[in-house]
Amino acid sequence: MTATEATAIAVSTVGAIDCDIHPAVPGARALLPYMDEYWREHMLRRGLERDSFELMAFPPNAPINVRPDWKLAKGPAGSSLAEMRAHVLEPMGTRLAICNVLYGAQAMMSEDLSAALCRGVNNWLAAEWLDADPRLRASILVPQHSGELAAEEIERMAGDRRFVQVLMLANAELPAGRRQMWPIYRAAEKHGLPIGLHAGSTFRHPLSASGWGSTLLEDYVSYAQGMAGALNSLLAEGVFQKFPELRVVLIESGVTWLPASIWRMNKTWRGVRSEVPWLNRLPGDIIRERVRLTAQPMDAMDGGEGLARMLDQLGSDEMLLFASDYPHWHYDGSDPVPAGIPPEMLRKMMIDNPLATYPRLQQA
Amino acid sequence: MNVTLRETRIDTPGRQHMGFVDCDVHPFFRTPADFDPFLSARWREHRVTIGNRARQPLHKGTLYPRMSPGNGMRMDAWPTGGGPPGSDLKMMQEQLLDLYDVRYGMLAPLVGGAAAERNLEFAAAMATAVNEWQCAVFCDPDPRLKASVQITIEDEDAALAEIERRAGDGRFAQVNIPPRGLEPLGRRRYRKILAACAANGLPISLHLGGTSGHASTGGGWPSFYHEEHPSYVQTMQTLVTSLVCEGVFDELPDLKVVMVEGGFAWWPALAWRLDKHWKRLRTEAPLAMAPSEYMRRHFWVTTQPMEEPERAEDMLQTIEWIGPDRVMFSTDYPHWDQDDPRYAFKVKLPDDWAPLIYRENALALYRLD
Amino acid sequence: MASRHVVAAADEIPPGGRKIVTVRGRQIGVFNIGGEFFALINVCPHQGAKLCEGAIVSQLVSPAPGEYGLARQGEMLRCPWHCWEFDIRTGQSWCEPDDFKARTFNVTVEAGGTLAKGPFKAETVAVSVERNYVVVEM
Repeated sequence: MTATEATAIAVSTVGAIDCDIHPAVPGARALLPYMDEYWREHMLRRGLERDSFELMAFPPNAPINVRPDWKLAKGPAGSSLAEMRAHVLEPMGTRLAICNVLYGAQAMMSEDLSAALCRGVNNWLAAEWLDADPRLRASILVPQHSGELAAEEIERMAGDRRFVQVLMLANAELPAGRRQMWPIYRAAEKHGLPIGLHAGSTFRHPLSASGWGSTLLEDYVSYAQGMAGALNSLLAEGVFQKFPELRVVLIESGVTWLPASIWRMNKTWRGVRSEVPWLNRLPGDIIRERVRLTAQPMDAMDGGEGLARMLDQLGSDEMLLFASDYPHWHYDGSDPVPAGIPPEMLRKMMIDNPLATYPRLQQA
Repeated sequence: MNVTLRETRIDTPGRQHMGFVDCDVHPFFRTPADFDPFLSARWREHRVTIGNRARQPLHKGTLYPRMSPGNGMRMDAWPTGGGPPGSDLKMMQEQLLDLYDVRYGMLAPLVGGAAAERNLEFAAAMATAVNEWQCAVFCDPDPRLKASVQITIEDEDAALAEIERRAGDGRFAQVNIPPRGLEPLGRRRYRKILAACAANGLPISLHLGGTSGHASTGGGWPSFYHEEHPSYVQTMQTLVTSLVCEGVFDELPDLKVVMVEGGFAWWPALAWRLDKHWKRLRTEAPLAMAPSEYMRRHFWVTTQPMEEPERAEDMLQTIEWIGPDRVMFSTDYPHWDQDDPRYAFKVKLPDDWAPLIYRENALALYRLD
Repeated sequence: MASRHVVAAADEIPPGGRKIVTVRGRQIGVFNIGGEFFALINVCPHQGAKLCEGAIVSQLVSPAPGEYGLARQGEMLRCPWHCWEFDIRTGQSWCEPDDFKARTFNVTVEAGGTLAKGPFKAETVAVSVERNYVVVEM
């Protein structure tokens, strides 16, 4: 495995807004001060503070999840703010960065334990990250298997305007658009918070109707299909009609799967829309208006050949959001801007689109 | 870019398709009793009393009912003499084979229930029966029609026996394997079956549909057919990923895979995604070549249901990225979302592509002439 | 040049009914909606199916997910293949995307005709009733 050389960043990212950065919980013990006394004792009673709660979907030492020069001597990659500054915030000159915590809190079977862990993470995030660096913003981690408890957590955290999004894993127990999830969308819409659907799964189900594959590689590739399913669900269930202000951000989806999916959705809609008569607009138009995507990983050929053409098929230059995806390793070299992105799209991607997508970023 | 758009005045169709090979045609029974001549007394009785038992809540029918009567048939294909669309060879000839001077039609019988059947002995009996029925009712009377070998994917011994039985019989052009099995097709448990197909020069055809009990999507069971229909595309991609990443083609370099009714516009992005992430995880999944290279060598796609780009000419770019030698035309007669060969392509295919897509790719793959 | 053709006696097609006829080599479907007559060319603009043989259905009204209502009962035609729905009165497809953005590009047309306006409209035919006969003008 080659060490990544620190090359100069080809496209200037100074002033950019990084829409996907991953602080890591160093261990559940770090959350104890941020939980109420009941749950603190509960954790200790069961020895849960010794658990890592790492997600199966993102094993922290897998090459794809940590760039070699971003590994830490101690603790999981992304768990040190000082290192995060040195690794990405300073070199990229980022103006703002949105913290998305990938953590098993969302996967627990007990909805109440899930909610308690999410509360702990959100409190920890505010105190040890947002308070410590004015560039940082965050997504609210929610116990997504319970619409009710997730909505409560949104209500609890929404007052802190440094929280700019609600974070869910794209694949869970029910498809993303199901009515049981609507309390989450109601609360998010009320507070002007986009829903961030992050690639991955709580593995209540295998990633496909064909069952469980063997390797992380297969799973990882399948996250893109999981995104398509989640998006199809949001559309068919009428989430965009029911919540007319709601925006959805697809985080780490890979991006280039979307045009073909739009073509298929549009075609299906023309023939099948009588099953879902509230879906009264072309899915492609709804997607262009309400759905955004972070730009890492960008599934493209080395050198970006064909990417501009593929992005052009999306029919909008307002959909891409710049992201480093620190500390995941999705690009060679140091340049987080995918090769092949048309130059006229860069400023929109790095500044305008994030500001438009996350209204709270516009405030100090 | 100067592009020739198809004349959108719909009564002046293209001509490129005549004499095509239809890579997806659905025969049906008039009644389930049509299989009885090919079943032993025990299974005739079992069929009537117990019936098919798949991993789903309804005894008959589907959880995601289609939008047209007859479980999703085009409304003008119901034979006047009774029976569902696809059950009357004469009507199939009128509406498809003779109408378009079809060279060959590859049958995909989604009948008999062998694919999803939990009683493996019954499954084996039904697979054999459906194979016999295809020949008796369709392929022998009209040799333009080619049968697909039905097998029991979850029962290796029975599957191998059935492949053995049909290998060398020129009426059978491929082996049908359900895309939604208990595990992805690249998993070790299916390897011997795939090896037998490859060894006998039989491509495997993965025709969408069915359920093995896993939720249709990685995020659970969708509510609507509006979601189920595109979920098959997700399943197809998982199969490509599984077969490639498990190294199946390093072990079976002669294996050929046809993905039927899964569309195809998803191919380029999947190829890019596989290549990109495989580079990072090569140690976990050692392969002799890049995933996209395996796709180019071992996979074919049928065109129906053809995705409809918002700009028609984008279809040409997609086919170019896939390779026009991998794409094979299909109608999916007599389903509701079938593609009409006159109008399915909204953009005129380049002159050197049309013969490949309508005929040559299929003739070569299936060794038909 | 358009000419006029008697295609049916007025009482031959009751309200809710239809008749498929051939005029000047083209098949058309003549429909009776509440005593008014309308006619469409029997070819779906999507993939050429015999549109006029499709089911006659209602327009669907749904202000929100889970709410289902019918309007304009019996005034929509559903293509027998891909189920596209067309307003019998106007031929307009119910799936016309109203802010469909057409990209401009140079186009050459295959010999034999002109580009019709948009792919989502079924072709209508003028119909009138004269002295108890249904007359189409083509």
